[in-house]
Amino acid sequence: MFTPHTPQEIEEMLKVVGVETIEELFEKVPEDFRFPELDLPEGLSEMAISAELKELASGNATTEDFISFLGAGAYNHYIPAAVDMILRRGEFYTAYTPYQPEVSQGTLQAIFEFQSLMTELTGMDVSNASHYDGATATAEAANLAYHFFRGKRKKIVVSRSVNPQYRETLRTYMQGLENVQVLGDEPAAGVSGDLNKLLALTDKDTALVIVQYPDFFGRIIDYTKLIEAAHSQGALVAFVFNPTALGLLKPPGEFDVDIAVGDGQPLGIPLSYGGPYLGIFTIKDKYVRKLAGRLVGETEDETGKRAYVLTLTAREQHIRREKSTSNICTNQGLMALAATVYLSLLGKSGFKQVAELCYQKAHYAAEQISKVKGYDLAFPETPFFHEFVVSTPEPVSMINAHLQEHGFLGGYDLSLDYPEMKNKMLIAVTEKITKQDIDDLVAVLEEAHHD
Amino acid sequence: MIEPTIYELSQPGRKGVAFPESDVPAYDLPAGFAREALKLPELSEQDVVRHFTHLSQLNYSIDGGFYPLGSCTMKYNPKINEEMARLPGLANTHPLQPIETVQGNLYIMYQLQEWLQEISGLNRVCLSPAAGAQGELVGALIIKKYHEINNAPLRTKILIPDSAHGTNPATSAMSGFKVVSLPSDARGNVDLEALKAECDETLAGLMLTNPNTLGLFDENVLEVIQLVHEAGGLVYGDGANLNALLGVVRPGDLGFDIMHFNLHKTFSTPHGGGGPGSGPVGVSEALAEFLPSPVVTIIEKGDEETPPFFGFYTPQHTIGRMKAFYGHFGMHIRAYTYIAMHGPAGLLDIAQKAVLNANYLMAQIKEDYTLAYDRTCMHEFVVEGAWEDIPDIHALDISKRLMDYGYHPPTNYFPLIVHEALMIEPTETESKQTLDAFAKAMKAIAKEAREDPDLLQTAPHNTPIRRCDEVKAARDLVLCCWIPE
Repeated sequence: MFTPHTPQEIEEMLKVVGVETIEELFEKVPEDFRFPELDLPEGLSEMAISAELKELASGNATTEDFISFLGAGAYNHYIPAAVDMILRRGEFYTAYTPYQPEVSQGTLQAIFEFQSLMTELTGMDVSNASHYDGATATAEAANLAYHFFRGKRKKIVVSRSVNPQYRETLRTYMQGLENVQVLGDEPAAGVSGDLNKLLALTDKDTALVIVQYPDFFGRIIDYTKLIEAAHSQGALVAFVFNPTALGLLKPPGEFDVDIAVGDGQPLGIPLSYGGPYLGIFTIKDKYVRKLAGRLVGETEDETGKRAYVLTLTAREQHIRREKSTSNICTNQGLMALAATVYLSLLGKSGFKQVAELCYQKAHYAAEQISKVKGYDLAFPETPFFHEFVVSTPEPVSMINAHLQEHGFLGGYDLSLDYPEMKNKMLIAVTEKITKQDIDDLVAVLEEAHHD
Repeated sequence: MIEPTIYELSQPGRKGVAFPESDVPAYDLPAGFAREALKLPELSEQDVVRHFTHLSQLNYSIDGGFYPLGSCTMKYNPKINEEMARLPGLANTHPLQPIETVQGNLYIMYQLQEWLQEISGLNRVCLSPAAGAQGELVGALIIKKYHEINNAPLRTKILIPDSAHGTNPATSAMSGFKVVSLPSDARGNVDLEALKAECDETLAGLMLTNPNTLGLFDENVLEVIQLVHEAGGLVYGDGANLNALLGVVRPGDLGFDIMHFNLHKTFSTPHGGGGPGSGPVGVSEALAEFLPSPVVTIIEKGDEETPPFFGFYTPQHTIGRMKAFYGHFGMHIRAYTYIAMHGPAGLLDIAQKAVLNANYLMAQIKEDYTLAYDRTCMHEFVVEGAWEDIPDIHALDISKRLMDYGYHPPTNYFPLIVHEALMIEPTETESKQTLDAFAKAMKAIAKEAREDPDLLQTAPHNTPIRRCDEVKAARDLVLCCWIPE
């Protein structure tokens, strides 16, 4: 199949090596354990595996068969056909890390363009070549802040309105650092959007304050005072942002934040049941030497031609080993390419239009759903982008089961992460949702109410 | 010819995609939050496609040629993998859908966990880690938590052989361990005396790559593992070189407690120009409850009529979550496809041909290049990219000259313990003809080094660009392209 050796070639090769059989090459492997019988099914043909996987796939419900209002960190946006056509080019997806710039300019320039697009999108100074996803980018932001203060500041303050999975990941990463405390997101902190509690926690021992923009509930909150207060204590501030929202909203850079991270999945990356996605990591200039992950810089070749190389590699694990800030090695190369192609295709007007469509349709949906008896907006006074929280008359799981029968994937059941949010549904609306879809959803909700 | 940047190609007013007009009433943006300017490029679809096609043509790739990049296992990526990962029924599922609507996904993940367990001889596998380095972090955090729960918080030392990947010490430090480097002995094995000297009550564990980055199977692996276990430590296996062991030996049988898999190295998921990787982690029975969450499990057993019902499980002492959702599912599908197509015989064939190819190539070039360790290698081997009689020629020059012959260079200057290292890993999918041609090029370069050293020192000559000024890149630090006002 994939190994090309003919019996005759094997003979010739063994002769050159100076052994009789291939098995002899494994003599250093302890004999008692050598060549175990693996209890695995016999190999299948390409035709057979293809049929098997199609069968498995056909049993799933998908966001194409159903009208989906699920978001909560992964969004069902339209991906122009050209994005995947580029990703399928073997020259991109079968290349590896561009350590040899002379034969890797394609990957290097694409990453350089990715970095450029991310700095423009966020209004920050520097973007790296990407991290694994929004959750690990958030954890790495705390890692950066901790190292920026040389381990002297021990507190990471994080809002309860930051994606719960990101906060869990942050805690996992912080276990390795001495006496670091992650706080501010306890159940008692609540989800009202009131920033005073975060403010009160922020002091001279705080390395980083993390908030989300728009937050996990879709809300657009003005963090200006919190940022000023954190900076007055010398602490850094990180925004976790949604990239689509930045098509309309003031970018993190204009709020004077130090670090802005996010998940780039909405930028042309399929839902693919949660991954691979794309961690966006951007900073102000002054943190560049503490930045984890690959960076591409512009330079010249010896004939003076413009060229791109991996730069500041002395920060990274393969050089600094135990002295590096992070162990990160790979970036999400191909996913960063997807985002680069996506933003290039949509361009200035297209990207703004998608953000506007999301915003308008979400607001129409919120207005219509809140007219249904028993359904109310949980935060009616707070502006939102393309996600909002609805209080429901029954447990969300029951409503969703009913919606599913009518061809809808309902919103996210917030009680799964927030015990205090019983009967609260997080609804996401993207440009793929039509007015008719929303009206149909409302009709099903109304009908359920009358049942 | 320089390919302009996407911004240099931009023309004000041009559009690449049209979206339908809004079909709902207009709502105002909240005051004070409206963005003033967002300078994205403006191009037609064809502009964009041509630009990225041009860029792709500047890359070397496995599909284009031989890529003997040691330790990276640049094997062929079967095209069926790509088709399967894009099946609409899989690619269009949202990670927060109710589990009864995604049983197909969970079946694939569960089965992959089971298969990786069987292949590695470990008891429980978690698929969530995003890449090998993150798998290592999982391992180090498990070691830490295991000792904490067993009331041995003073076990703070991790031993790492000097031939290890840089991620090993970086991971250990990130997890709060003190890193002690172990020397290699004259045959490239872990130095047993040095190991014994470090086996004390502060020992948390050892991170071992086997076969190591010299391409050598540690001849004392059982003793090494036993020493660490007797001292109360755990042994972490860096699975970077698992390709050489498929069906040959199971790390769990040798006594490894934890190991990560690099799906892009061993199970043919694409390298993608530097990711996404995927780094599942397997552990022994004693460590199963420390795995990151979530792990896929069977919630309700099936019978002859009904299939089992799959769901997620949070291990009791879990070190926590490593990322959002469940890992790189798109990569899990590819690895599943690959293992299913190979079966036990096919997997063994991979390891056998990978090792045969490496030994064959080593035999072909060892007259012209000094071997770092002259013994049977596994899937890769290391030579010195320098000669005493031509002191001005370095591994870098040989690497660059190989590009003129149409090859991607081997990994160079790694492992650090070999002078001017060139680390060569042919992988199992390369034919004898390819290896012969590469050996011929290596020999020709060795000859050129003596007869016309300038040819090497000024190489490459036939590539899209020549050698780059890396000092300038780091000094000027231009990390973002020109964006028009």
